[in-house]
Amino acid sequence: MDTEILSVSDLTVGFPTEDGLVTAVRGVTYTLKEREVLAIVGESGSGKSVSAMALMGLLPKTARITGSIQYRGEEVLEMSPKRYREIRGQNIAMIFQDPMTSMNPVYTVGDQLAEAYRSHHRVERKVALGKAVEMLDRVGIPQAKDRARSYPHEFSGGMRQRAMIAMAIINSPDIIIADEPTTALDVTVQAQILETLIEVKDSVDAAVILITHDLGVVAGMAHRVLVMYAGRGVERAEVSDIYTRPRMPYTAGLLGSIPALDSAGGRLHPIGGAPPSLIRLPPGCPFSPRCPLVTERCQTEEPELLATDLPHHEVACHNWQQVAAAADPTLLFRTEAVEA
Amino acid sequence: MSLANSAMEPGLSNDPEREFTIEARTQVQMVRSSFFRHRGAMIGLGALVFVVVIAYTSIGFWGIPGWWGLDFSSTGTLVNEGKPTLDLIPWLDGDGLSIGAHPFGQDNIGRDYFALTMRGTQVSLMVAFVIGILSTFIGTVAGAISGYYGGKSEAVIMRFTDLLLTIPLLIVAAVVGNGFGDSGPFFLAVVISLLIWTSLARLVRGEFLSLREKEFVEAARAMGASSTRIIFRHMLPNAIGTIIVSATLTIAAAILIEAALSYLGYGVRAPDTSLGLLISTYQTAFSTRPWLFWYPGIFIVVIALSVNFIGDGLRDAFDPRQTRVRA
Repeated sequence: MDTEILSVSDLTVGFPTEDGLVTAVRGVTYTLKEREVLAIVGESGSGKSVSAMALMGLLPKTARITGSIQYRGEEVLEMSPKRYREIRGQNIAMIFQDPMTSMNPVYTVGDQLAEAYRSHHRVERKVALGKAVEMLDRVGIPQAKDRARSYPHEFSGGMRQRAMIAMAIINSPDIIIADEPTTALDVTVQAQILETLIEVKDSVDAAVILITHDLGVVAGMAHRVLVMYAGRGVERAEVSDIYTRPRMPYTAGLLGSIPALDSAGGRLHPIGGAPPSLIRLPPGCPFSPRCPLVTERCQTEEPELLATDLPHHEVACHNWQQVAAAADPTLLFRTEAVEA
Repeated sequence: MSLANSAMEPGLSNDPEREFTIEARTQVQMVRSSFFRHRGAMIGLGALVFVVVIAYTSIGFWGIPGWWGLDFSSTGTLVNEGKPTLDLIPWLDGDGLSIGAHPFGQDNIGRDYFALTMRGTQVSLMVAFVIGILSTFIGTVAGAISGYYGGKSEAVIMRFTDLLLTIPLLIVAAVVGNGFGDSGPFFLAVVISLLIWTSLARLVRGEFLSLREKEFVEAARAMGASSTRIIFRHMLPNAIGTIIVSATLTIAAAILIEAALSYLGYGVRAPDTSLGLLISTYQTAFSTRPWLFWYPGIFIVVIALSVNFIGDGLRDAFDPRQTRVRA
């Protein structure tokens, strides 16, 4: 559990546009240990998906990627295309957000899984198909033998996502990147899919990078959490600390915005404002315009991700002590929301 | 969503004794079975096979003699003013069902028009299919590469197609026809193919531009598939409908292009003949001896129509989402 298999340091991704360089990811650093589940949480546009795409080499050629991504000591960003292809799918697999579009409509599900297997193993088609059926069975698709002969459009959304999970694990990868795997699904199916993901991850001994904006999902399965805001990691902690002792006002705001079951009919408590444009970021902390604890220093100096009073807990905030001192940090935003 | 569909299909029962290896229906098997259920395509295929068989066996080919005794280039005495002796409507003139000596009649120098039409069909079929296959191949590869890779290769290929589109086909064919006129219809077909692949290349490029952004292509790349594999295994099958429809239209159009060129004297030359050449040669005889026009005309229409029907069936067959069986 303690061997580091992936270490991303100071990853920066920029896209040149007509309006200037959009820096979608601004120096993200994290590590992933064997069999660990790391959740990357953030709003839309916080750079969480882009950082995962950079890892998989799926960004357009125009993207400017700097920093370092090391897979078992090997630098991914400087890998030869051939070696990169070997790693992708075999060692690092990805589950996409929308299972409706991430399967090829003209091949049967079994064929696609077999194809994924045969990309990395020199085996007969029949053997690969057998493997495909075994995987479909493992992710809980009933009558896997028959269902392997179906086309993706004959599957329901949940089944398709299960098939995607089966495809991700068919080569027994070390790392599974799940990019919002439940976003496109029915709420009742979401829990089942996550459960399946955890089960199969354990069965192939893979680590998972779970990208999501759903804090409920994080609580259920992650070990550690990285909260991202405006392209940076702003808080990194064990999962229990995030929920009980957040040190970043943004995290507290996110927690406070979760509708509580006991306050039926009450108002929702969003964080006021919107994330800043990534083209011309103002100086200072990107969260400062929305932060209830904002000080002058916040508007001039961008905080670094630094250690706090808690072990393995880092936060990028000048005023984290204030958050720590608050009895219930989620209430910091309440007062403001009422005023507005 | 028809979840229960295939589970309830007969023959897919859940026999627990069955092995863990399954016999998947590959795309080929699926295409075959749904193609053979497509009625229009079957009629088209039947008609085309009939035309091909009759054209090649009747007068023979490559020196192999056919069952029709007359040669398309030898003249003979005019029988009954060269009128067709074919009689398929027994009650009209009382002769009964008969073929006669010259079923399609004779032309003005007494050549058997059935043999001529058959020879014309042979040449036209060959030209049409060579053009159809060759130009589809070139257009698909060029379009796929420029659509998938983009950037420089796209710029070069697309500017080249723009250039080809500005060159009038007839002028190039005229130059080539004058210089290499004796090289025969196969050479003509190759030259035409080299000039008309551009429209398909543009179509395929468009398809690939949209397919490239599809998530399943991204997923394939994330699974470690190489570019070649992505192009040929993942993207091309999704563009096959467009390609096949375009290929069948090209085949039908090629017959007409060949006819136009032959008419201008740059295509097939006498004594060899083609359907287009036959029509243009005898166009002035339409009011006096209409059979000289009708028979090659009928063959052109039958070939073009049946190719289109077959293409229609293929397109439906290649689309797995198409579950409806054409009645």
